[in-house]
Amino acid sequence: MNTRRQTSQEGEVERVIITVVGKDKVGIISGVTGLLSDNNVNILDISQTIMQDFLTMIMVTDISGMTVSLQRLQEILAEKGEEIGVRINAQHEDIFKYMHRI
Amino acid sequence: MPVGYSAAEIMETIKMIETENLDIRTITMGISLRDCADTDIKKTAQKVYDKVTKNAENLVKVGEDISKEYGIPIINKRIAVTPISLVGESCLTDSYVALAQALDQAAHQVGVNFIGGFSALVQKGFTKGDEILLESISESLAVTKRVCSSVNIASTKAGINMDAVYRMGKIIKETAEKTKEQGAIGCAKLVVFCNVPEDNPFMAGAFHGIGEPEVVINVGVSGPGVVLHAIKNNPGLDFGSLATLIKQTAFKITRMGELAGREAAKRLNIPFGIVDLSLAPTPAIGDSVADILEAMGLEKVGGHGTTAALALLNDAVKKGGAMASSYVGGLSGAFIPVSEDAGMIRGVEEGSLCLDKLEAMTCVCSVGLDMIAVPGETTAETIAAIIADEAAIGMINRKTTAVRIIPVPGSKVGDKVEYGGLLGQAPVMPLHMYSAEKFIKRGGRIPAPIHALNN
Repeated sequence: MNTRRQTSQEGEVERVIITVVGKDKVGIISGVTGLLSDNNVNILDISQTIMQDFLTMIMVTDISGMTVSLQRLQEILAEKGEEIGVRINAQHEDIFKYMHRI
Repeated sequence: MPVGYSAAEIMETIKMIETENLDIRTITMGISLRDCADTDIKKTAQKVYDKVTKNAENLVKVGEDISKEYGIPIINKRIAVTPISLVGESCLTDSYVALAQALDQAAHQVGVNFIGGFSALVQKGFTKGDEILLESISESLAVTKRVCSSVNIASTKAGINMDAVYRMGKIIKETAEKTKEQGAIGCAKLVVFCNVPEDNPFMAGAFHGIGEPEVVINVGVSGPGVVLHAIKNNPGLDFGSLATLIKQTAFKITRMGELAGREAAKRLNIPFGIVDLSLAPTPAIGDSVADILEAMGLEKVGGHGTTAALALLNDAVKKGGAMASSYVGGLSGAFIPVSEDAGMIRGVEEGSLCLDKLEAMTCVCSVGLDMIAVPGETTAETIAAIIADEAAIGMINRKTTAVRIIPVPGSKVGDKVEYGGLLGQAPVMPLHMYSAEKFIKRGGRIPAPIHALNN
């Protein structure tokens, strides 16, 4: 399972958008970012909003150096999400690029 | 944020997928079987099986990978093949059931739920292969699970082959009889067309047309739920603004199809064909075309105003979708299947939606009278007359129309037939009581309309 991704080429940025949605509490960001650093995912940007205790965090990440497959990362994040009670999605950025821009 | 889209847009996309049922309805691989012809049907069947399983070997896996990486559900992976009437024509045989079984086994082997193309195009007349195919339809649909059949009986250029219309009436009855243990499910896999498109990715009418390349990927998107939410969230718009809102939404939905299709084509190393811009409902709550029409301000679907509302919806979906995709094709319009749309079922059960109104609605949208259960006592002549009416609408208006009708043996008006899954549940609808038998039995072909002469 822990094989290096085949699709990325050296030096090329490959972006994945990670979104975290759920009730805000201590340790969400550290929980998620810890996992990302464990798997060599580089965080390019983080933005977050909290409305009435409800957290929405969006992270733009670069997975070109990632040590696991994207599908494995999604599984790890989903497990973490379940553990801390939030919903975590990791999606290739093309879905957002395609939907909103020509 | 160092990217070309905003946080609000990211959340909008996620909301569409998670709460508004946005999905890619189908990635359909078209495969030419023209090189599988042989005089020996066993050899033909083997070649068909080999070619389909070889080409579609990775279709399901690629579909699932894309679905996971982009986080967008791709509900169905399917296959469309060259009309079997062409593939089987050289066989020295009087039945193509063996070819249907080969397709069924191939579909099972590669893990797709439907394979379309047990088809013939007979708008002007029958070849030897067409005759044998038509004779084989009812048994083929009874002995296979995944095979879908379609027959084109009319076109604007050729007119309506009324002999074929009558035969399809009889074949639908036979198919219902042979599959009566499962609510006549064979009829849910059989479509009769006028002006059939050759690159339609949606079942049950998909086949791989003769102008298509060797192998191709076509995509059908879905998203009534997304359009419904957009309309509900913006009440009180005038018609121009409403059309614009639907266009913007259809654009976003279609972009998903374009992305998934291109990515699938790239990974499978075959050409990308088209995106079909249809709004395809599912039985899921909130994923209904009928609900959209009601959200536009109709008290009940099927009431006066329904045709106008559907016309606006259908046109706006096309305009928005056309901007979003390089190649648009297939059926491209709103679907109005009864059994697959919770709002339509409700309309029928509450008495607001009748067959005549559905027929009127098919004048302004794709595709036709779709997934309609009628009483078991309905005659082949009456079914033929229903097909003829739909074909006339398609022929005169230069558009695709189709009939997928299910005369459920032993059923009467008010009964409900359960199919499960995407096929949903069909309330048995009433028909007119007067006969068209003499009309249908005249035989021959209704000539093409004057506007077919456009050269």
